[in-house]
Amino acid sequence: MLRKTGIPSALVATLALLGAAAPAHADWLLLNMPEGVTTMSGEIRSLHMNVLLWCTAIGVFVFGWMIVSLVKFRRSQGAVPDTTMVHSTKAEVIWTIIPVFILVIMAVPAARTLIKLEDASNSQLSIKVTGYQWKWQYEYLDEGVSFFSTLDRASDAARQLDSGVDPNSVPNYLLSVDNPLVVPVGRKVHVLLTSQDVIHSWWVPDFAIKKDAIPGVTNSVSFEVKADKPGTYRGQCAELCGRDHGFMPVVVEAKLPADYAAWLAEQKQAAAQNLTAAN
Amino acid sequence: MAHSEHADHAEHDHHGPAHGFIQRWVMATNHKDIGTMYLVFAGLMFLIGGAMALVIRAELWTPGLQFVDPQFFNSMTTMHALVMIFGGMMPAWTGLANWMIPMQVGAPDMALPRLNNFSFWILPFAFLMLLATLFVPGGAPAGGWTIYPPLVVQGGANFPMSMFAIHMMGISSILGAINVIVTIMNMRAPGMTLLRMPMFTWTWLITAYLLILVMPVLAGAVTMVITDHYFGTTFFSAAGGGDPVLYQHIFWFFGHPEVYILILPAFGVVSEIIPTFSRKPLFGYESMVYASASIGFLSFIVWAHHMFTVGMPLAGQMFFMLTTMMIAVPTGVKVFNWSTTMWKGSLTFEPPMLFAIAFLFLFTIGGFSGLMLAITPADFQYHDSYFVVAHFHYVLVPGALFAIIAAVYYWLPKWSGHMYNQTLAKWHFWLSAVFVNVLFFPQHFLGLAGMPRRIPDYATQFADWNAVSSIGAFGFGFAQLLFVWLIISCVRGGEKASDHVWEDTHGLEWELSSPAPYHSWTTPPSDAVILRGTTGH
Ligand SMILES: [Cu+2]
Ligand SMILES: [Cu+2]
Repeated sequence: MLRKTGIPSALVATLALLGAAAPAHADWLLLNMPEGVTTMSGEIRSLHMNVLLWCTAIGVFVFGWMIVSLVKFRRSQGAVPDTTMVHSTKAEVIWTIIPVFILVIMAVPAARTLIKLEDASNSQLSIKVTGYQWKWQYEYLDEGVSFFSTLDRASDAARQLDSGVDPNSVPNYLLSVDNPLVVPVGRKVHVLLTSQDVIHSWWVPDFAIKKDAIPGVTNSVSFEVKADKPGTYRGQCAELCGRDHGFMPVVVEAKLPADYAAWLAEQKQAAAQNLTAAN
Repeated sequence: MAHSEHADHAEHDHHGPAHGFIQRWVMATNHKDIGTMYLVFAGLMFLIGGAMALVIRAELWTPGLQFVDPQFFNSMTTMHALVMIFGGMMPAWTGLANWMIPMQVGAPDMALPRLNNFSFWILPFAFLMLLATLFVPGGAPAGGWTIYPPLVVQGGANFPMSMFAIHMMGISSILGAINVIVTIMNMRAPGMTLLRMPMFTWTWLITAYLLILVMPVLAGAVTMVITDHYFGTTFFSAAGGGDPVLYQHIFWFFGHPEVYILILPAFGVVSEIIPTFSRKPLFGYESMVYASASIGFLSFIVWAHHMFTVGMPLAGQMFFMLTTMMIAVPTGVKVFNWSTTMWKGSLTFEPPMLFAIAFLFLFTIGGFSGLMLAITPADFQYHDSYFVVAHFHYVLVPGALFAIIAAVYYWLPKWSGHMYNQTLAKWHFWLSAVFVNVLFFPQHFLGLAGMPRRIPDYATQFADWNAVSSIGAFGFGFAQLLFVWLIISCVRGGEKASDHVWEDTHGLEWELSSPAPYHSWTTPPSDAVILRGTTGH
């Protein structure tokens, strides 16, 4: 409703947010990091929640302290300033040491997760991802399968300036491609990233992965989609890469191993046919 | 400075400002005139940069492209940042430094008045050139304010112009910083020891050192990009054995301290305003000085937290995560000291205090999201998403910008000799404080839900919070026109301000008459005056 009629209904929606009764709208509830579907994404999310909770707790304390001052020590309430309060070494030591402890509590699990993330051993499948202005190329190393992945036609038509097409009518507007990357669930996938022109960044929020694709550099990152989470996962290029930076989505289909094997065989066959046709 | 030259100056000291536009403004050497020019220039740039922000938010109001081409959209995000950072924030702080530092340390003027003139007059030319890129074939720079190669090299006619403009801004900042350091080090009144200096002067001193250390680094990075483009070097080009990541290391070695260049003077301003309206000395003055200095130092060893996704070795990621987290300690000390200053005070809520209080709350929110961003594994999700946009705008808008506004409301009566309409200023405050949150808070949600930054169009599930954010942007933008009107009418007239302006002011600037005399302290203030003026000693 909001997108079609613009300003007036946007205002209404804001008012709705401020407490007036309004029809429920699911997108208002997109507030937090997704739980994700890989073996590491949940752990990264709980790091995020952990720090967020600490910040909230500290915020309640600090803001509470300020609010008490703002309410209690106003001159209009007859407050008389205590001008002898100039400094206190004890207080200053306390509020230096306690934050250090809290930071250590936050840093330890973060460091542990970081070490785990860097571990690319035991991967069962390697895929090379190359960024181009403005598409991705996926190459299944050792399989001879390779293809480009570009914004799908429906989104591309709708996203033109004044196209007259309502983005709401396009399924997965700006987040779908002609050829998605296909991976098996329950297998560790090793992704090698590079670029042919400028810097791009490969981001799938549900995988908690964002890694830059840089010309002349090969970056690596690995992930394993949980065995019970087959599905289609969508993300975008995250590093400004020129005019159509906003229009090079990343779409990954995670299939059950048997389905994946079937898909791969089909791709190989197609590739072989292409090769004979070319000869 | 040589004696004879000083005598020359004394000749026309007694005449006050020179007559004629060229004599007074183009050939200005007076710190107040130059400060005014800096502030007016910054105000103009805030309006231009703000208009660009509104173009961005208009396009992002609903999904689909309604108003601009993606290339132009990228130009807007790039130019908005360059104009706001280098044209708005930095000149605003330099303008405030020009006005206040001589008055606060008991000096007649800045130490190097002609250099001062030069460093200001570089700016209009630099920005004329930068803004002119909007009209050249291919349009304005669109590769982001961080000017990352290889993308930046794809810029057409805008490339040499914007690079040259950035060089000029850098020179202007360095000269301004030299002037601040020389003034503070050599022109303080005899009794004004370093640890008696007001916090604004202190934080500016640290800022000036940061500027001198990092602006040449930016100049180096820019120069290497230029030689890569025109002279066949390959510092950052993989094709010739160079490395695009090297550029990012150099840029952020400048870029992170740059953030503190924008925020340290804000700490100074808030440290002056909160004691005044709490009617209590600043709590922990010395620890405030040391905390500022440690923040300055730490700012040099955290830069790679801007580039966790480029693929650094584990040890590097670990190091930059831990150093970045450490910044929370001195920043926390500051927030606790400000809170304790208000504790057992006698608070009133004049416009400068309102903005300072909003700074306390909202800058702290920006600090929290900064701490979250330091957590490397989580940063893989936050990086280059709207969460980052929300974070740095909380630090820079209700942070640095609110402090600039607070400073203007605090010192404007001293500058102009008139009090402004405080009721209207409170309206300005409430509109700004509400809309700034409507504008930036939802961007946290957008980022966490997966919306990347710097995109002109987005998937439909991001529509709702983008619409809210755009409403906030227009509300916040138009509220600032009130500020412009208040300043203009205050300069032109109004109720006469007393010398101390506010009830419980400390600091040498308040010992001068209102409006402040053209040459601030022609004779140095006595020890007694200095002691009366210093906070908490
Ligand atoms: Cu890209
Ligand atoms: Cu930084």
